[in-house]
Amino acid sequence: MAAKLRAPGFYRAGWLMVAGVGFAALLTWLVRMSTGHATFHHFLSGEAVLTVSLLAVPLAFLVGIGGFDYWFYWATGRPTRPEDHSGHGAHTWKDYFRINTDHKVIGVQYLVNSFFFLLVGGLLAMLMRAQLAQPGSHFVSANTYNGLFSVHATILIFLFMVPVFAGFGNFVIPLMIGAPDMAFPRLNALSFWLLPVAGTIMMLSFLAPGGAFADGWTAYAPLSTDAPVGQMFFSIGVQFAGASSIMTALNFLVTIITMRAPGMSFFRLPLLVWANFATSLLVVIATPFIAASQFFVLLDRALGFNFFNAAKGGDVLMYQHIFWFYSHPAVYIMILPGFGIISEIIAVKSRKPIFGYRMMAFSLLAIVGLGFTVWAHHMFTSGMANWIRIPMSITTAIIAVPTGIKVFSWLATLWRGILHLDTPMLFALGFITTFTLGGISGIMLAMVPFDIHVSSTYFIVAHIHYVLFGGSLMTIFAGAYYWFPKMTGRMYDERLGKWHFWTTFVFMNLTFGPMHILGLEGMPRRVATYAAQFADLNMWISIASFALGLSTLLFIYNMVNSWRGGPRAEANPWRGMTLEWLVSSPPPVFNFDRVPTVVGGPYEYGVPGAVHGILAPTPAPVVAAGSGMAHAPS
Amino acid sequence: MSRRRSITLAAIAAVIATAIGIVLSFAIHWFPVQASAQAHNTDTLYHVLMIASIPIFVLVVTVILYSVWQFHMKPGDELKDGPPIHGNTRLEVFWTAIPAILMLGMVGYSFVILHDNEKRPAHEIQVGVTGQQFYWSFQYPPSVTGGAEINSYDLYLPDNESVYFNMRSKDVIHAFYIPAFRLQDDVVPGITTHYLATPDRVGTYPVVCNLLCGVGHSLMRTTVHVVTPTQFRAWINSQLHPNSSSTGKFSTVRGSSG
Repeated sequence: MAAKLRAPGFYRAGWLMVAGVGFAALLTWLVRMSTGHATFHHFLSGEAVLTVSLLAVPLAFLVGIGGFDYWFYWATGRPTRPEDHSGHGAHTWKDYFRINTDHKVIGVQYLVNSFFFLLVGGLLAMLMRAQLAQPGSHFVSANTYNGLFSVHATILIFLFMVPVFAGFGNFVIPLMIGAPDMAFPRLNALSFWLLPVAGTIMMLSFLAPGGAFADGWTAYAPLSTDAPVGQMFFSIGVQFAGASSIMTALNFLVTIITMRAPGMSFFRLPLLVWANFATSLLVVIATPFIAASQFFVLLDRALGFNFFNAAKGGDVLMYQHIFWFYSHPAVYIMILPGFGIISEIIAVKSRKPIFGYRMMAFSLLAIVGLGFTVWAHHMFTSGMANWIRIPMSITTAIIAVPTGIKVFSWLATLWRGILHLDTPMLFALGFITTFTLGGISGIMLAMVPFDIHVSSTYFIVAHIHYVLFGGSLMTIFAGAYYWFPKMTGRMYDERLGKWHFWTTFVFMNLTFGPMHILGLEGMPRRVATYAAQFADLNMWISIASFALGLSTLLFIYNMVNSWRGGPRAEANPWRGMTLEWLVSSPPPVFNFDRVPTVVGGPYEYGVPGAVHGILAPTPAPVVAAGSGMAHAPS
Repeated sequence: MSRRRSITLAAIAAVIATAIGIVLSFAIHWFPVQASAQAHNTDTLYHVLMIASIPIFVLVVTVILYSVWQFHMKPGDELKDGPPIHGNTRLEVFWTAIPAILMLGMVGYSFVILHDNEKRPAHEIQVGVTGQQFYWSFQYPPSVTGGAEINSYDLYLPDNESVYFNMRSKDVIHAFYIPAFRLQDDVVPGITTHYLATPDRVGTYPVVCNLLCGVGHSLMRTTVHVVTPTQFRAWINSQLHPNSSSTGKFSTVRGSSG
């Protein structure tokens, strides 16, 4: 038992977390006591202990499961344990529940964790739609309702959209560039374990005195700086999720820059790798801003710093500028990797090279640059200086141009191809359709007079769900089906997959489409009840949303069932050219038993005799499947 | 069917779909009634945006549906690849330049509308708006009342006269939103925000708080009464002299609650 309590794992995490609470109690007691009775009636304050615990306990957990062991050994001068690869790879299901340094295991951990939180966030949405089915409903209280939509958005943004793409990237990027693993495997492991921590904190906020954080995922001050203690679960939970993002982004950047296989020049990279490269730049530059904004809220609320207290010289609008300086680029963080997924699928499933490969890569970089110049379009009605609206409106309209280039290039890739209309392709085509709608409503919102009317109404709710559900989530489903054989070594059920696509596509439009109309009619968002004139459409939306929620069960059933007992998958079921299809499904522990050499572009479909990569040094052609990659040029 | 014939068919279908879409965009009543000069402008902008957007969306969907129809894999093609087309610089320049020009054109047009909507007229009245959890109150300065300042929970505005709102918050951020005017702005603690509205239709219209301000946010609603200048004068007088005979018609009840 004593050995168990010392070894990295959940036992050690358990007692360290208890110690974390003790530390928080001791620290706050000491501080309050040294300040004296003049300031505090009681030296032991539950709220103070809770706030400090929110920082101390998760850190104790991460230390407990062994997230920092190697660094502690190194820092204390003890001999670091030689890397015997014992922490690498998964042999039983238990290997997914410990610190694991294999990028493929971490990728699966990321994905399963993210889909778990997709279900949680979706369930919260179902509760919201139950409340909104009728005006004046008392299904939940107004305070609970405000908590529901706040946690819904926070969970789905910080624990689903952002990390799910990191999951795909983790699994696929090293394989695609011909690397044995990520550049920093231990950092990679730590970055994953921050996520369940952040998610647990956010969900536990429902148990906090005064309820969950209830001022939206935007947490505008000064509402947030005066909120009940549940707000601290947001401010601190976001720090853990944000730290995870930054670690992974740094890891991706270093891996992509330094670990490409011989011959893999930047312009031979698959577009998914380009997309993650661009996204990681955004994450590294932007994420510290939301961390700062939430630390300011934390300091304002817990310690009375008055950053955002107008009565004490604070600046209310400053919060929004800092917040959106991250949170606008964040929408590109949540869509660029999806663009990458769609580029892979459209090329393979159309059996054609990507149309305009270089423009596809450059347009990603253009979005990264422009993405930092548009944040104040979220603030057209915020009371900021009027002139700022003009440049931000222009840049917002212009950022549609690189996005348009991508859509048109995908369409041109379809043209005269041989379209395999299976589940990943259906989601890709569905994505282009709904994302175009979301993009168009985005352009409309760039027009200031129109935005002044619909800002903060259901039109905004419709727009963001068209780009995040109709956009990002469609790419995520497409990617999940596309790489499922590679990740699990099994094939999914194609018929169920198609059912999943059609139910999702139809009910998604039936749910979010009518919200445009509600917004144009002037229904505010974030309301627990509404005027009677909006009743019919809201009932309709609620019914459609329940059907949409049910459609997700088809996906979960298909994934779980196929993983357990689906037919065995070949190494290259889609006849793809990128390197991940050169190795077995699932790939060997260190990915490539022989070093791959890249000799051509990643999408040379239809070019006679073209290959992307060969497994050197074997001289003979090594891959027999697929007309596009039958023979390496001698 | 020959390629040329099928493309012609698709183009005809696209033109018809675009026409139907544009007709529908005019036929559907998207908005609340127009009760301000700004509302007319903004609705016109919306219709122009729809006319520009519908063909783009129809184009995208048509190419997808056409590709699915013509290029889906036929039996026997399982192992075949498409033609190795890597790009076409002229086409790529075209679909970069045209959207850029279209975007700048639309943004430019929206600035014209914005300028129109916000141009301060020679004559305007000033009305103070105060937001607090969870109700609105309105301040009519002596320049409007001709007497003492009036503080009211009701918002009365004269028809066809521009009003310049000076908005302050007593606690957190609110947003003063009048859908029938197509206008809103946040009401921010520490600063005074403003907007100009020119009501041009007599009637009563909803006013809502449009920025989450706490537990009572959804019920932070009231109404704006746009009345004729004569009625407005009478209402002002009834507020200045609460006990005089004219109170009957415009007696003030607290306009909002929550």
